[in-house]
Amino acid sequence: MNALPRAAELGLIGCHVCGLVCRDAHAAAGAAQVVACPRCGVALHRRKPASYSRTWALLIAAFIMYIPANVVPIMRTASLNDVDDNTIISGVVELWKNGSPDLAIIVFAASIVVPMLKFLALGTLLVSSRRGSNWARQQRAGLYRLVELVGYWSMLDVFVVSLLTALVRFSVLSRVEPLPGVIYFGLTVVLTMLASMSFDPRLIWDGRDTDD
Amino acid sequence: MTDENRTDRDLPERESLPRPVVKRRRVSVSLIWLIPVLAAVIALSLVVNSWLQAGPEVTISFQSAEGLDAGKTPVKYKNVVIGRVSKIRLSADRSHVLVRVALEKSAEGFATRDTRFWVVRPRIGLGGVSGIDTLLSGAFIGADVGDSKEPRDTFEGLEIPPAVNHGAPGRSFILHSDDLGSLDIGSPVYYRRIQVGRVASYQLDKDGKGVSLHIFVDGPNDRFVTTDSRFWNASGVDVSIGANGLKLNTQSLATVLGGGVAFQDPPGPHDSTPAAEDAEYKLFSERALAMAPPDGEPRYMRMRFEQSVRGLAVDAPVEFLGINIGKVVSVRLDYDEKKGRFPVVVGAVVYPQRLGSAYDKLEALAKARGERADLAQLMGPLIAHGLRAQARTGNLLTGQLYVALDFVPHTPKVAFDANATPLTIPTAPGSFDKLQEQLAGIVAKLDKIPFESIGKHLDQTLASLDSTLKQVNAQTLPAFRDTLEGVKRTMGTADDALSGDSPLQQNLNSTLQQVQRMARSLRVLTDYLGGHPEALIRGRADDKPASTPAVAPEPTVQPGQGSQP
Repeated sequence: MNALPRAAELGLIGCHVCGLVCRDAHAAAGAAQVVACPRCGVALHRRKPASYSRTWALLIAAFIMYIPANVVPIMRTASLNDVDDNTIISGVVELWKNGSPDLAIIVFAASIVVPMLKFLALGTLLVSSRRGSNWARQQRAGLYRLVELVGYWSMLDVFVVSLLTALVRFSVLSRVEPLPGVIYFGLTVVLTMLASMSFDPRLIWDGRDTDD
Repeated sequence: MTDENRTDRDLPERESLPRPVVKRRRVSVSLIWLIPVLAAVIALSLVVNSWLQAGPEVTISFQSAEGLDAGKTPVKYKNVVIGRVSKIRLSADRSHVLVRVALEKSAEGFATRDTRFWVVRPRIGLGGVSGIDTLLSGAFIGADVGDSKEPRDTFEGLEIPPAVNHGAPGRSFILHSDDLGSLDIGSPVYYRRIQVGRVASYQLDKDGKGVSLHIFVDGPNDRFVTTDSRFWNASGVDVSIGANGLKLNTQSLATVLGGGVAFQDPPGPHDSTPAAEDAEYKLFSERALAMAPPDGEPRYMRMRFEQSVRGLAVDAPVEFLGINIGKVVSVRLDYDEKKGRFPVVVGAVVYPQRLGSAYDKLEALAKARGERADLAQLMGPLIAHGLRAQARTGNLLTGQLYVALDFVPHTPKVAFDANATPLTIPTAPGSFDKLQEQLAGIVAKLDKIPFESIGKHLDQTLASLDSTLKQVNAQTLPAFRDTLEGVKRTMGTADDALSGDSPLQQNLNSTLQQVQRMARSLRVLTDYLGGHPEALIRGRADDKPASTPAVAPEPTVQPGQGSQP
């Protein structure tokens, strides 16, 4: 690494809301005190506070929620002579079988691949950053941006279910009802988004050679 | 070192920067880990919940998995879902399908020994349509739970839904019948033509000699089944052509098509206490039989008929003085080596109880005599008095015969062994047989008449008559015609003589005029004589007083003889 000075080294701290740069008072303040921006009053941190633990916690919670989201059926399609409860996977399989492989792929990507990708990506980022690895920092930063970008797309399933529920209401003829699975799935998506938000990408650049 | 230098160098700039506000930290413990804990709790609760919800798993075997769908087909009790089919597979020998059903926790009580499962499919029977809703919703498995607490997890699925659910108000009864007739599970049970129950099940008796039917009569109508109730098969159209003629019996149309059982108390005094659960009854084949007084012990007897018994069928009635006391059960041919004839041996079952008080009296008499009160013993004196079995024609149209036990006058005495088994009743030729014999005699006599010679004589007579007629034609008829012509001529002459202008007529006319004139002059004379009676003697007073009266009558007579006036 080149020896560009870090804000912490210069005793500076930037407000992440209003952008005001002020003197770092963390050293002066005790552990029981909060350093706040003099202009907007928001708490100041050198890095997002407890980024690792928060991200880990949210990620684990998301992963736990991901299990029932896949096991519990998310949607009930009731037609005249048939009641069908579908989990995400069975829905994908059904779409594929019923001759809409394109839709199946989209749903599969949004509901299975993206959350898994997020778990893997955030996990990798967390582990590698914690270890202060210098490995592929540029790419890891890119990975983080990808996770942020792709995050809201995984809500696709939830939208599909809520849209269908609202649209397909022909009482006896056919009916679509949401089932608890969609709540777990929504929670998974929300939690992964929160996890990616609570991750501070600057941690990627905090190498082993620097102190936090 | 360099870092420190830099820090030192930058310090003045830093001093000019604003100083952040230092506040007290409100919460020091990191609460973020509550989120995964919460998530874990939720996930765990799901697991626990599903584990708690999961009831017992049972396996039901069916003949076919038609309409069943793993993961979808529900199991319902009283239309409440109590489980779901989780898996369907073939049995090891591929003879049936094994359906694995995950019951709900609340349905634990269904995994007991006497629970019954069946597939509810749309069924269209004569009794009605059932399970029509499954046309749309798909088949489901119906369940009915019993009282047993004994746990069990493999069941034999019923192919036909049970007619009666456990715990339904009402009572079941057992009927014994010779055959099932057109009855089936679910066939209605009628009381006064109102359906009050149905056939729940049936099975062959262990010895295979009959059928036992379980019927279920719904409450509160089950109280009408009394200890004396009679059950009969109201199935279909009962057409019987017997010695009694054509008979047609029907119940309601549905029963005609689908069969059914009816019951009623017998007429007259009877025990009307409601029957106990699972009481056993005999199922009669028809109402008349059911309503008849009880028959008592049947007795077998045998008759040997020497003549043809064409028209005598099994089940033909046996009547004693016109009262039906039994029926024919067998008609068999035998061979008599001594006589070289073929007698027909007719076996019959009679119910002495049907004789009613007559039998009771005979029985009492026999007892008084100190004999065994057996039918055979009772028969002895009756046969000595001329009791004989006859095959009589019951119906001239169909030629059906029945066996009549009757006192036949002037029958030759026969030996009767009261101790022989089976009881053999001597026979006498029936009335029709007698008639036949008499007819045969008449025919034989007719046969003796020499129709041939009579015919020949008749022929000859006719031939001579023919020649006579020819003679008449050739000779007599022309002569007759001549005679007729002569007559005709005579008649013409007579006609001429009588016509208006004939001389005869004119002569007659003038003669009559002269007679008229003479009559007038006679009147004049009588008038004159009336006035002058003396003129008879003296004659006319003026000139010829004496002669005139004497002469006068002569001229009056003369003109009458044709003289002109």
